[in-house]
Formats: sequence, structure tokens, C-alpha cells
Amino acid sequence: MAELTASPVTSRRWRKPPLIRNPWLRWGLLIGALIYLAVAISSVPVDDARIARGLERGGRMISSFLRPDFASRWYDIQIGVLESLTMTVVSTVAGVLLSVPVGLGAARNLVSAPIYLACRSIITISRTFQEVVIAIVFVVMFGFGPLAGVCTLAFATIGFMAKLLAEDIEEIDPAPLEAIRATGAGWLKTVTYAVMPQVSARLVGLSVYRFDINLRESAIVGIVGAGGIGSTLQTTFNRYDYDVAAAILLIIIVLVMTTELVSGHIRRRLQ
Amino acid sequence: MPVTVVNNTKVWQRYDTATRMKIWLGWIIGTAITLLCWQLISNNTRWEFVADASQQLSAFLQRMFPPDWAYAEQLWKPLWDTITIATLGTLLAMSIALPLSFVAARNTTPHPILRYVALLIIVISRSVNSLIWALILVAITGPGVLAGILAIALRSIGFIGKLAYESIEETSYEPIEAITATGANRLQVLDYAYLPQVLPSFAGISIFRWDINIREATVLGLVGAGGIGLNLNASVDLLRWDRVGMIFILIFALVLISETLSARVRKAII
Amino acid sequence: MLRIEKLVKQYPTGDRALRGVDLMVPEGEVVALIGPSGAGKSTLIRCVNRLVEPTSGKIWLRDTEITALSARRLRQVRRRIGMIFQEYALVERLTVMENVLSGRLGYVNFWQSWFRRFPQHDVDQAFALLERVGLSDFVDKRADELSGGQRQRVGIARALIQSPDMLLVDEPTASLDPKTSRQIMRLITELARERGLAVIINIHDVPLAQLFVKRIVGLRAGEIVYDGPPEGLTPERLTDIYGEEDWGAGQAVAGADSAQEMDPEPSPIFAASTSNA
Repeated sequence: MAELTASPVTSRRWRKPPLIRNPWLRWGLLIGALIYLAVAISSVPVDDARIARGLERGGRMISSFLRPDFASRWYDIQIGVLESLTMTVVSTVAGVLLSVPVGLGAARNLVSAPIYLACRSIITISRTFQEVVIAIVFVVMFGFGPLAGVCTLAFATIGFMAKLLAEDIEEIDPAPLEAIRATGAGWLKTVTYAVMPQVSARLVGLSVYRFDINLRESAIVGIVGAGGIGSTLQTTFNRYDYDVAAAILLIIIVLVMTTELVSGHIRRRLQ
Repeated sequence: MPVTVVNNTKVWQRYDTATRMKIWLGWIIGTAITLLCWQLISNNTRWEFVADASQQLSAFLQRMFPPDWAYAEQLWKPLWDTITIATLGTLLAMSIALPLSFVAARNTTPHPILRYVALLIIVISRSVNSLIWALILVAITGPGVLAGILAIALRSIGFIGKLAYESIEETSYEPIEAITATGANRLQVLDYAYLPQVLPSFAGISIFRWDINIREATVLGLVGAGGIGLNLNASVDLLRWDRVGMIFILIFALVLISETLSARVRKAII
Repeated sequence: MLRIEKLVKQYPTGDRALRGVDLMVPEGEVVALIGPSGAGKSTLIRCVNRLVEPTSGKIWLRDTEITALSARRLRQVRRRIGMIFQEYALVERLTVMENVLSGRLGYVNFWQSWFRRFPQHDVDQAFALLERVGLSDFVDKRADELSGGQRQRVGIARALIQSPDMLLVDEPTASLDPKTSRQIMRLITELARERGLAVIINIHDVPLAQLFVKRIVGLRAGEIVYDGPPEGLTPERLTDIYGEEDWGAGQAVAGADSAQEMDPEPSPIFAASTSNA
């Protein structure tokens, strides 16, 4: 303590150094963000009277959610849920199978430029558009029904899996690749022996994860007529049958939770 | 990798017989289930509609291009609404998810019972798609941007909350012990020991979710919850494919820009 | 200064980490606590500021009975007990200055600490301490940019800015190279002398303890089995502390020691001091 008090230190101020050092940029960003927020919030129309009425309806909704009605439209629910599940299975399998060639084609270290660009554009389109938007296109092509939904989810799966697969492949150890190529193996053999062993475990893990996502999405593509439980759900809302809607929602939640538990278990086992 | 001797020759096989049987059985069951599911879907498909799919597609593309460029003028406001839905929805979700994740994390929860309540909220929020949340909210607040914001927020709370509470559970214990030892109170320990460890990943998660939300916000209009999806719905109903084409182009640009932006910002944070 | 009476700690798993420990540490005395892993060293010093809740027994700091305090009063007493950790326990994403000032958290209110507006007196002291430990140029560096030895210096400054009456030091050198270890031990003992602090240092490295500390306490399976000067640590005494199995000739001590903490340099000082004894 002696030395601290003996020489009376000339007081040196200290402030926490700001996150962004350039003051112009810092204040500019802050003021810009505040202005954006103010404009954005003021651009949201809020109809007080409508909300007041809605709250009363919300109350009814909550009370009917507490006593869900599984019975009165059980047949529709059953068909919808079964359709959602089958769509999930088929689309995941098809999507994963197709994503392997696309993913290989989108890896810069494996293919020539034209193939690379083609596969990358498939991935970009699939990832940019929300599933429902893609479903609209497939409904136009195939008509209403679960086939459009399957194609939608499979297409979305391709984008999701192929991107991650391609990134994995671009990061693989190049040494085995050269070693296998040096044995005189062709492209396909190189891929089987040098690439797939390095990425296959993660591929399985991702497929299981994507299964979860597909199940969740299969509940909504029905809103544009692409099959599954979604159309039934929308109908119940339009008819104010909130107790039936509650039953459907509960089924969805339980299904999603179950598959998530199972898939989490599988993925842990794989690691 | 067993090696057996058959006729004085060593035979190498990748797996032994029992493992191979199991693998085969797995493949057979998997294939059977997939085929069964496909059967169900095929039964519910009207194949006569599928037969002319390629014609439908080419007709569709022909009517979509050239897109109705003039229509873009009416789309700026819906586009702005879409961004507003995603941004305000994400901000709202962040402000709820941050405290919620501290209640849900094993090491910071004030009480085990509260922890289960928080986990339940997170699970429900995650299991329900934002489009379904939008269906519910449109019934309550009426159609419009507000329903969209709330729908996005309700879906995002679970997403952000889950990843955030996992990262809180991964915080290292030593700094927490050290700050506690100085005589700091609980809030100060939170501020000095937990937040510096958690905030960067929280910000990363939120920006990632904002990027997803931009995409989700483009379709909420299909159930009346505002944004460019409203125009999409109307144009599809009117079979105005040239307008649909215009909307697709704008959505494509918007999502690409937001993805680049979020990747940049996340890289800057980490 | 510090008085520990019949301290017992039983973990919920049933492990009895401490089985009735009695210990007095007078003002200005530095005590090295040695013993094998799992002997209860770490539990013992964490009971002093109740980071670990003792099962029974009493602890006094001067005339305050620490074991009887409410949570609020406990925080006030913790301010008077500085603590230094094995893995430095700095908050890596905060700056050096924030880490040092966090030692003042018990003295400022929440809003002051939230906005980082510490009293100028604290800031002056922080600058002086950083100069004393040789880190004046690192004030606004983030803690994760520092080397191990530098981090431990920040840890020391954080403990000292509390203006403590005593220091608890938990394996301060276990993660450092031999040279830095000595510098850190020297710094801690010097500062303790300057300020007349009572200090308990947990340490694996027996030779290092013998070099810097005048009183050594040996702990084995939750009981004190040695309490005396470093010269008194004969091979027989060390056998008492570390147990027969791990213990052969003097050479094996260094072996057992380095196996526990992976110290690359089996210290020659140990051999010297045992041959003296």
C-alpha cells in the first residue's frame, strides 16, 4: 500500500474502449439504427379496435386449446398426419440420395467449372426460396396433392444437404485424394474411396437432422395445396374450429418432439 | 475386419457375418418403409395431372417470363414490410429469448421448476412453424404486418432460446467462481462473468435467425400476415404468372442480400 | 487472523474431502498447503470464502465467524479475501482493466459496475497495481491476448485491488513454465510481505514451496499430517503426506510430482533441500 499512496498518482481517467473505435462510424450506425427502428415501428399499422375484438377471440381460442377436440374430425386428422409422415419419409430419402451427386458436383476440388456452376445454382435456388414458395411451383406442375409436397421437401433437402456436403468435401484432407488418384483410379472410384469415407458419417447425421426439419415443414406445405396436415389445419382456422385446431397442433408438437428426441439420440450415437 | 481362411486362401471382408446381416436387414426394412410410404403418396396422386407436368412447367415459365417489371413499383412497400416483419420479429424474440435462456440454462436458472417452464416454452415455440403461428395470430390481431411480426417472434424465441441456453451451459466455470469470490452480487456475476462469455454467440445466433426470418417473412402473406407474400397470394389466385415472376426475382435478391449481410456481420463478431 | 476449527466437508456424493481440519494463520504469514490430488487442498481454501459450503466446523477471519454469515454479509467479507486461481480465471473477453476492476465489484453498486463507472480512486489503484505487476502497457488489451504469466499477473492485481486482509491462492503456477512459476511465486510472496497479508497457497510443486515459503502444511485425505518449516520435510514426512505407494526415494517425488502436473522440469532444488534435511 505504501508505494501506492507515497507517490500521489496523477489521476488517469479510464473508459471502457468502445466496440467500434471510429466515432463517426459508431455514432452513424447507432443513429441510423434508431432512425430505422422508429420508421419501421411507425410503419406497422395497429388497429386497436380489431385487436380488442381479437383478444376476446384469443381468449376463446385459449380456452378451446385447453380442451382439444380430437374426435369430431378424427378421420381428416388421421389422413393428414399420415400423409405428412409419409411425405417426410419419401422426401428425405429422395432428397438425400439426390443431394449426394449435387453435393459432389458443387465441390470445387472435384469437378469442372460448368458442372460446379450448375450444381451451385440448384443449391442457391433451393435455399433462397421458402418451402411454400417452391410448393406453389410444384402444385402448378403436378396438381394438388402430396406429390407436389414430396417434390418440394426433396428439393429443399437437396439444397440443404448438398451445400453442407460440398463444404465438407472442399475441406477434406487432400492427401488420400491424391494417393487414390495416383493408383490410376477413375473419378467415380476416387470419390468412393477417397471422398465418401471422409464425409459419410456427417452425411448420415445431417440426414437425420433434415428429417426433423422436413416433418416440421410437411405440416405447412398443405396451405398451398401440397398435401399433408396443413390444409386441414388451415380449414379449421377458417371455420373457427379452434378446438380441432388445438388437437392438430398438439399432435404436431408431440410428433416433432418425439422425432427430435429420437434423432438427437441417433446423432449422439453416431459421434 | 475379419480375415477368414477358405481353401487355404485368406479372404478379407469388411464386416463379419452377423454385422453384415444386420446391415442388410437395416437396408431392407428402410427400403420397405420408403416404398410403403411412396405407395400411399402414389395412391393420393392423380397421375393424369402429372403426365403433362413438363407442358405445365414450360407454359408456366413462358407466362412468367418476361416478368411484369412495371409491377415492381407496387412491391416496394410489401418488400419493406417483409424486412420490417423479419427485423422487428427478431428483435422482439431476442429481448424475450435472452432472459428466457438464462432461466432455461441449468447453471443459471433461479429454480428447477421455472427451468422446466422455460424449456416447455422453448419446445412449443420451436415445434410450431412460423406459418402456423401466423394462422393463429391472424385470427387474433386480424390480418396484417403486426400478426407477421408476432408470428416470427413466437417461432424465433424457441430457436434463439435453445441455442442461447446451450451456450450458457457451456460457459467456463472458473471466471464465474473468481467473480463470485470478489464479493460481487448475483447480478454483477451475471454481468461480468456470464454475459461476456455468452453475448457474442447470442448475437451470432440472432443474426443467423434474422437471415432465416427474412426468408420466412416472404411467405407469411399467404395466410394474411403481411409482407410480399400477400402479393404472391393475390397474383397466384389471379393466375398472373408474370407478376409472380417479378415477385420471385425480388425475393431472390432480398434473400441473397440478407444472407451476404448476415454472413459478413457474423464473421465480424466472431 | 484466520482460524479454522474442526472443519468438515462431505460432498453429496458421500466423499469426505475434509475430516476435521484445525488451522491458524496469523497476520502476515504465508502458508503453503501441499498434498496429493484429492487430499482436499482445493476444498479447504474454497471453504474459507464459502465458494464451497462446509458441512460443519467454524472459520473466523479476525473476529468475524465466516461460517455463520448471511449471504449479504458473506459478500462483504469476501471483499476482504482475495483469491488467485490455477487457470487464472480471467474473463477472457473483457479487457485487462475490466478484469482488474472486477476486484472492486463488492464495493460498488450494480449500476456503477454495469456502466463501468468505477470511482476514480479505484481506477487510480488499478493503474498503480498494473504498473506494479508490470502490465502498464496492456490496460485496454483483451485478457485472451495475454500469455499465461501475464494473465496470472492480472489475476494477482484483481485479488489485490480488493484491499484484502488475506489471500487464497489455488495452484498459481500449475499452468506455467518453471521460470514464470518462480516469478509469480516471488511476486505473490513479495506483495504479501509489503502489505502484511495472511496467505494460504495450494501448491503441487514441493520444491517451489520450500523455496519461497516459511511454513508448510501437509494435507492427506482431508487431515493435516504436517505443519512446520520447509526444512522439516524429510522423506519420511513426505511419505506421510503423499502415501507409501507413490513414494520411494527422493527421485520418485519429483517423478510423482511431475506426473501430476506435467511439469517439464523436475526441479533440482528439491534434491538439494532433501539432502540438507
